[in-house]
Amino acid sequence: MRCKLVAAAFAASVALSSGTALAADLEVVHWWTSGGEQAAVSVFAKEFDATGDRWVDGAIALGETARATVMQRALGGDPPDASQFNPGRQYEDLISAGLLLDLTPLAEKEGWDKFIRPDQIKAPCKIDGHWWCVPVNIHMQNWAWASVAAFKKAGLEVPTSWDQYLADLPKLKDAGVIPFAVGGDGGGWQISLLANQLILAQLGAEVVEKIWKDKNLELAGGPEVLKAFQTLKSLGEYADNGSPNRSWSDTTALVIKGSAALQVMGDWAQGEFQVAGQKPGVDYACLLGPLVPDAKYVRTGGDIFVFFKQKDADVERAQLSLASLMVNPRTQALFNTAKGSAPVRDDVDLSLANDCMKKAIDVLKQPGSVVPDANQWRNEAFTTAQNAIFSDLIYNKATTPAAAQAQFVDLLKNAE
Amino acid sequence: MAAKPRGSLLTSAIVQDAGIAEGRLQSRARRRRQLGKLPSIIGTLPMIVVAVGVFVIGLSFTVVLSFTSSKLFPTFNFVGWYQYERLWATARWVESVKHIWFYGAGQIGLSLVLGFLLAVFMDQRIRGEDTFRTIFLYPFALSAIITGLVWQLMLDPIWGLQAAVRSWGWTDFKFAPLASGETALIGMIVASTWNGVGVTMAILLAGLRGVDSEIWNATRVDGIPRWRTYLWIVLPMMRGTVATAVILLLVGVVRTFDIVIAMTGGGPGISTQMPATYVIDSINARNVGHGMAAATCMLLPILALILLQVAFRARANRRATAR
Repeated sequence: MRCKLVAAAFAASVALSSGTALAADLEVVHWWTSGGEQAAVSVFAKEFDATGDRWVDGAIALGETARATVMQRALGGDPPDASQFNPGRQYEDLISAGLLLDLTPLAEKEGWDKFIRPDQIKAPCKIDGHWWCVPVNIHMQNWAWASVAAFKKAGLEVPTSWDQYLADLPKLKDAGVIPFAVGGDGGGWQISLLANQLILAQLGAEVVEKIWKDKNLELAGGPEVLKAFQTLKSLGEYADNGSPNRSWSDTTALVIKGSAALQVMGDWAQGEFQVAGQKPGVDYACLLGPLVPDAKYVRTGGDIFVFFKQKDADVERAQLSLASLMVNPRTQALFNTAKGSAPVRDDVDLSLANDCMKKAIDVLKQPGSVVPDANQWRNEAFTTAQNAIFSDLIYNKATTPAAAQAQFVDLLKNAE
Repeated sequence: MAAKPRGSLLTSAIVQDAGIAEGRLQSRARRRRQLGKLPSIIGTLPMIVVAVGVFVIGLSFTVVLSFTSSKLFPTFNFVGWYQYERLWATARWVESVKHIWFYGAGQIGLSLVLGFLLAVFMDQRIRGEDTFRTIFLYPFALSAIITGLVWQLMLDPIWGLQAAVRSWGWTDFKFAPLASGETALIGMIVASTWNGVGVTMAILLAGLRGVDSEIWNATRVDGIPRWRTYLWIVLPMMRGTVATAVILLLVGVVRTFDIVIAMTGGGPGISTQMPATYVIDSINARNVGHGMAAATCMLLPILALILLQVAFRARANRRATAR
């Protein structure tokens, strides 16, 4: 009698434990620390917590620092469960070292190939038929954000082209407004972004691909690129004293306040304007191109998430659950409207998106409009060195545009 | 007469015995000495392991990897001098080297001068000497990060001193050394001197106090003014103390990293980049081979300094033995 009871109890406990999946804690590392970005990442956290697992936030300020931390942890054998990266070559070492969870079974089950668009967003994640990461948004980088109030203070209209803006610069300075707002933190990534977008706006997409993808040295050392370097130098002269070592969100805050006239920044700046309650067209103007009247190109970057192989089956289940959650229509809608980015699928309710976002998505849908960020062609060592070159050009009075261009050509020549 | 040979035999036997006993005693003493060293050997074993493991092995890895093309994960794909050629062709590295020489000279010079002046001040047997010593030593309790952050805020044109003075009425007041490439290093020198001058003062004060008080009587009798005494008589007598202070300062300068990150992030542009920040940035940007080349280049001046010190000591020893 007792034996049968014990046997029954034993069987019951075995059945219970094999049937229950334990809720897992997932440590997610990202660098979304500004006001708008926090609002966006909370969408992921809340949606994930609602599924029963727990999102353990591992926010680290500044992309360079966050990526470096993740890499060091991966080297040391204790990587986080998930980590944000930018699409491109930033995580190629992790893939070749076999540290990442293969998302291909999940991708095939849910049909990511069919709804994630455009192809330039799929390519950084789907490498050789394997899905190594999940894209969560499309950020367009070639925007300029202008403060209507600041231009009005100088008695000017918001410019629609570079020539107009460059002519406006001295008048803005006389009116007591910071004519050009830029921040120099993180080794100069904002200035590199500015340089990348300026060359795209003034020289076009083919030139950009020839220089950064094909490493065309004659073009990179040529007179048109030199002119772009000279424009950069003069823009730097119209920046303010507090510019070095300032974060991008603090710089956007200057535009929001009306103390600065214009900032060239990606569409993640939209989140800041939204949090401050400003309306496009009324308080601020979004100028795609940047500052190109009929913008034909969008410079796409964005964010992806990679998942590191952990030895726990429950954690792996939770990782796949998070990956699936990040691309479902509901989460995509909420996350992207909060962040100011474009979703990676078309069947998303974008009724909350504002005019700037709608303008960008229209251009995105045109064939041939997508120009990927240089991250996709060059590795992080290259971008770090490029940041230093452009940062030096803007902040060092002794550096001439020609000298900086020579450095740039040398960097391209030795790029891997 | 017959007793003598017996006596001498006995004596020699006793002497022989004594010799053997002496030998045995000596070897026993030697063994005891060796056993006595055992606790100290065991005690220092962890440190020896760490020293050999971290310094020797780590250092050799650094030098070896600098000849490879390691990206993130170390490989042994040797590429000769490629990383070094790339290093010296990169403006950011060459500028970093210039910066550390300028910063080092400035910080060591300023620390020594100010430290000596403060030590002289403290040597005057003032009242409340302990309070003053605490005040001067207090900044050293702050880490370089906190020092850098505090000074960065103070020198910031929007949040700091310039804005404050302007709000008090002097609207033309300009004081933002960190905003311009030429003066940013000077701002950093001031901040790190503020941090370290207390320790320099303490070392030099100890040296001052070690000077024979008879000197003071002699100079007073000779009618030499005090400042002359300090400068031309006492200071040369403190050579050893000054050398100690210089070496401590040098060690701190070579490692300059936290204060750069906290104060300027390497900017404006690359005007406050240091070799240490270059190494770390290279490693973080997944270019480990390149970073190791930079680290090896940082090692060379230190090696030169150590060799110099060894040469000096050898020469001093030779002079001492010759005397």
